Formats: sequence, C-alpha cells, structure tokens
Amino acid sequence: MILTRRYRFSASHRLYNPALSEGENREIYGRCAKPYGHGHNYILEVSVAGRADAVSGRMVASKDLDSLIEDEVLRVYRGRNMNLDIDTFVDGRVPTTENVARDIRERLERRWPAPGTPFGHTARMPSLSGVRLFETPKNIFDI
Amino acid sequence: MRITRRVDFSASHLCAIPSLSQEENEAIYGDGANPHGHGHNYVLEVTLEGEPDPVTGMIFDLKELKTILESEVLEAMDHRYLNMEVPPFDHVVPTVENVSREIWRRLWPKLNFSHARLWRVRLYETEDLFVDYSGEES
Repeated sequence: MILTRRYRFSASHRLYNPALSEGENREIYGRCAKPYGHGHNYILEVSVAGRADAVSGRMVASKDLDSLIEDEVLRVYRGRNMNLDIDTFVDGRVPTTENVARDIRERLERRWPAPGTPFGHTARMPSLSGVRLFETPKNIFDI
Repeated sequence: MRITRRVDFSASHLCAIPSLSQEENEAIYGDGANPHGHGHNYVLEVTLEGEPDPVTGMIFDLKELKTILESEVLEAMDHRYLNMEVPPFDHVVPTVENVSREIWRRLWPKLNFSHARLWRVRLYETEDLFVDYSGEES
C-alpha cells in the first residue's frame, strides 16, 4: 500500500550556471536565466510505502509525517530565494527542479526514521517511496 | 495496457479507536477524531489491466465498469456515515487506508477475468491525501 500526502510551498530561483558565459546561460535556460530570478507555487507529493496498522488503520499518523516534512523541507524552502538562501544552491549549483527534487529527497532520506521502527504516534514507520515535485501544473518531476 | 475510471462519492466518518481516550485519538487522527464525525468528497480511481479485445478494441466495457462501481461502491458508501452504515466500519476504523482496502475487497470478485482484471484502487480522501492499493497483504 502506498500513501501520498501533498504539500505546497512558494519560492524563487534563477537558473544560471556561473561556470558558463552569459550567452550560454541565456541559450540553455532562456528567460529562467534573467538576473533577478522568478518564483513558483511548488506542489510536493511525498509517498510512503508500508502496511496499515491493524489497530489504528493508519500507515502513518498524518501529524507525524507532516511535522517531518515541515521540519526537513517546507521550513527550508518556504518563501525563500533558493540561490541565495538554501545551502545546497548558494555555491552556484543550479536550482533546476530536477536538482530541487533530488535535494528534497536527500533531506528526507537523511532524517527518515528506520522503516518498521516506532515514530511519534506511528507504530511502524513506512519507507519513503517517492517524491513528486510540481514546478507548475505542467512541469512535474519524480524521484 | 491499463484503463482508469474515476468516480466520486461523499461520505462521513469518524476515526477513533474506542479503547483510547479522546486525547490519544486526536494525537493519532487529528481533527478526524471529532466525536460526531466529519465528511469528505472522496474521489476513487479504479484501474484495470488487460489487453484490448481484437474485435471490440476494448479492454473492458466502461459502461459495465460504471455499473459495477455504482452497485458495489457508490450504493454502499455514497451519502453514508461509514461507521454506522457500512460494514466492516462498525468495528474497523474507516481511515483512507482501510476504505481503499475495503473497496478493493468489494471490487476484486467482480473485476477478475482472464482478459482484464483490477490492477489498482486509488482513493483520494482530499486532494492532499490519497492511498494506492493493489491487493497486497495489509
């Protein structure tokens, strides 16, 4: 069984690789390379895999999952300029949504309780199954 | 190849374990443990897997699928209080996990043919919470 929960955050980014020339950046990233950046309303789906607890009928207590995502991802990204505010990207790594999705997955994996162990009100923590990030309703990334 | 049909129904439920205190239940289920229950517009996506029939070009007659969904799911659950009106939720907590499993249990015998069979049930409790179930254990 897979359970998916959806979250939202808004943030800005600029797609610009400092190792490349102005012209190359314009060529590769188009208007996403413009100097002051731009923003999106991102939608994040986090999927977990496991079994529903026989007593509670829940795979994970929503409150526990929500606070993990809030602490590890939403608080990091919400209302930020990724290039200037988020450590993953301040050194010039380009915050394409591919790279943001990978960063979110890595942040969750670093702090994910061992599957099967108790976590908050959850009897057996499910495993992290997938991260889906919508940059816009039309651009969707799975990792 | 797979085909998916979407239907929706509205129902109320209460998520609480009778042996626990209200406070303990709220810790697990949040607002879902409100003693008088609350409701959702559930959205159900039912996916069948199979090969198109060489003559009709169809995996399964979608009209027939609609009829099965109406008789097995909507008649039982639409505009019902799940805990009071839909067994086994008189003694099983009607979480979205358990409701999706119950829908699978009701549909599987009706949608299990050699040429096409139930592949997955996806149940949205809200647009921000959904479960995929494919008949695996638990």
